[in-house]
Amino acid sequence: MQATVTAQHSAVSADDDRALATVFSAYTVSATCWLLFATAAGLLLAFKFGAPDFWAAKYLTFGRLRPVHTNDTFYGWASIGLVGLAYYVAARSCGTKLYSIRLAWIGLALFNLAAIAGTIALELGYNWGDLEYREWPWPIRLVFLAALLVTGWNLIGTVARRTTEDIYLSNWYTVCGVLWTCVIAIVATLPWYQRGLGQVAISGFYMHNAVGMWFTPLALGVFYYAIPKILSRPIYSYALGVFAFWTNLLFYPLLGGHHFLFSPLPWWLQTTAIVFSVAMLVPVWGGSANYLLTMRGRYRDMTHSYPLMFIFVAVIGYLFGSSQGTVEAFRSMQAIWHLTNFTVGHSHLTMYGFVTFAVWGGIYALLPLATHKSPGRLGIALHFWMALVGSFIYVIALSIGGTIQGLDWLHQRPFIQSVTDMAPYWVWRGAGGLLMFLSHLVFAWNVWRMTSGQTGNAGSPILAHTEGAAA
Amino acid sequence: MKRLLRIAGGALLVYLVIVMAIAVLPAIDLSKTPPGPGVKPLTALQAEGSAVYAANGCAYCHTQQVRPLAEDKVFGRPSAPGDFAYQTPELLGSERTGPDLSNIGSSKPSDVWQYIHLFDPRAVVPESVMPNFRFLFQVVATVPPGETAVPVPAAFAPKQGKVIPTRQAKALVAYLLSLKQTPIPGYAMNGGMGGITSAAPAAAPAPAPAPTAAAGGYSYDAAKGQSLFMANCAACHQATGEGVPGAFPPLKGNAAVDADDPTLHIHTVLRGAHGITIDGVAYSSVMPPFADQLSDADIANIVNYERSAWGNHARPATTADVAAVRAKGP
Repeated sequence: MQATVTAQHSAVSADDDRALATVFSAYTVSATCWLLFATAAGLLLAFKFGAPDFWAAKYLTFGRLRPVHTNDTFYGWASIGLVGLAYYVAARSCGTKLYSIRLAWIGLALFNLAAIAGTIALELGYNWGDLEYREWPWPIRLVFLAALLVTGWNLIGTVARRTTEDIYLSNWYTVCGVLWTCVIAIVATLPWYQRGLGQVAISGFYMHNAVGMWFTPLALGVFYYAIPKILSRPIYSYALGVFAFWTNLLFYPLLGGHHFLFSPLPWWLQTTAIVFSVAMLVPVWGGSANYLLTMRGRYRDMTHSYPLMFIFVAVIGYLFGSSQGTVEAFRSMQAIWHLTNFTVGHSHLTMYGFVTFAVWGGIYALLPLATHKSPGRLGIALHFWMALVGSFIYVIALSIGGTIQGLDWLHQRPFIQSVTDMAPYWVWRGAGGLLMFLSHLVFAWNVWRMTSGQTGNAGSPILAHTEGAAA
Repeated sequence: MKRLLRIAGGALLVYLVIVMAIAVLPAIDLSKTPPGPGVKPLTALQAEGSAVYAANGCAYCHTQQVRPLAEDKVFGRPSAPGDFAYQTPELLGSERTGPDLSNIGSSKPSDVWQYIHLFDPRAVVPESVMPNFRFLFQVVATVPPGETAVPVPAAFAPKQGKVIPTRQAKALVAYLLSLKQTPIPGYAMNGGMGGITSAAPAAAPAPAPAPTAAAGGYSYDAAKGQSLFMANCAACHQATGEGVPGAFPPLKGNAAVDADDPTLHIHTVLRGAHGITIDGVAYSSVMPPFADQLSDADIANIVNYERSAWGNHARPATTADVAAVRAKGP
């Protein structure tokens, strides 16, 4: 792939390069603003567990800020960040320019419009039934759908004008991820089959498909491009990547019901979800093995490459987070962990340890190639270690605390004990969350240096070929 | 172009088929679930309260789904499909930082308790981490006609003025009090669906049969009594047994609790109470009946805990005493 991209590079003018870099930068900067805002809200929420009367006024009450935190990390930070990366990957891996710079700007405006309007709506109390990740009133979700359609059109247009015969695997994931998510957005919005228990079935479907058929494929698409790029070697097995793609498509959409185990949803729906939660081990292990084997023999190089370190953590986050999801889905495990803070730990292991680290890895690996500006070595190191240690503390605290919570219930202690037992773990969660938030401030500084500020000393994300150097 | 169409179109088509099968078609079917016996749509005020509930994100910490597991028994019978016929948007929730609310209208039927708890949860549950919802209340110098002040305990009340609920608070409480599970014949508390998971106790413990009641003997389990008291009674009567002045009566030194004859005490726990006057203080709040939720042995444990705690020292009641009062009916 490396050779083809270089060969075709001459077909793209310097103006096109600059335009692509500007789009990529704008998406990254915009996403970073949402990350700062959404995680500041998250930190305040974590603090409220220890001080429930702190800022308890109407617009700052826990129940209004909580969906602001989740929706803005999902649809502000991760979505915008991943779409920016998807554009860059599509144009570069297809050896062409972006189909339409104008559409990319329109998409960015629509994503931001949706997130801003959604945030204001939730603050004002326009919350669609606390239905997780689809709380925005439906007109706002249609704006988000419009952003997706624009993005899908633009990505397909870009891939269609590729100069290669083959379509590089990254684009399978990103193009299809956008198309699937259009379906998800429509299914989640149409009202006719969403009465009472019918809506519960859609909630289960939506909650997991919005993450697993949107963030997962886009992040995996970034892996397939960024890892070979950093290491200047092809992906270990292209066929394994294709296999993981189709198995992910066949298994993932079916597991949403595991969010409602032991609920009055039909038993077959719950059991189907459990079966396919287990089946997910196939694409997850297959995909992870593919990434890790691509890095084989080059692990020592990670000490020279923070972009690779970010991606490595993201791959491990994908492997662990998804495998944990499988274990959690068993009825015997759900009897203890369901409805506890363990789930919150799981969602941070996946959305943070996997998706967010993948976005960071992608940005650190690819943005300097687009803008020819680097962050500082110290900045990127500080970001990495604070985010890693912070998220470790966060996930471990809630996993232990959530287990204790579940055991308190299992032993039928008075309910309030499960609240008081959580207190120390909520403090640790807050400490981890503070480190995570501080790392985001450093990340914002790094983004500034990669886009507008003075270039730093981190150097090119593409690793020098150690074997070659030795020869 | 053909290749792009094959991959993107193929993947989209496969996805559409799966989505129809796993989500849309089941949802169409489930949307037709008929309401369970006695399940009614919300009144206008209750529906308004449901909107207040969603707007302020109550469902992020409170579930409305009782699972068929022994540990969920405390929240009521397992939720049935018919319970949700009128619940759109659905409020089942995914986290239980606070207790499940499926049956809160039965277990905490007192609007006074609900108002105090919303105004400041720690006024009635000291360990609570729920935020206060003072913004749903107004503090006024004089209570307007037709309004009733909320008897917030002094330590939590504003220094001056009286607390009255806004319309939003009234709607929210109307909604909360409407959350009552309706009985389903043959759909027992727990047990009926027991054994579905290996981790949960295979079957719920059968209602305690009061083993030695016939012989007149009984064993008072102090730890169990305290634990049951904390779970079922302390929200109103408080762990100190002192109640909340003007809202919930004290049990410490209470004439019915500290009397040698336990009949009235047992009767109150079994059948609940409403609008009674104790020591010259009239209490408007409602106490729920526990006859359907607690066994005779459990009630004996609770009653005996109350009769011996906080300086009370009345004669212990036996399981047989409870059975006798229960047999007399309401």
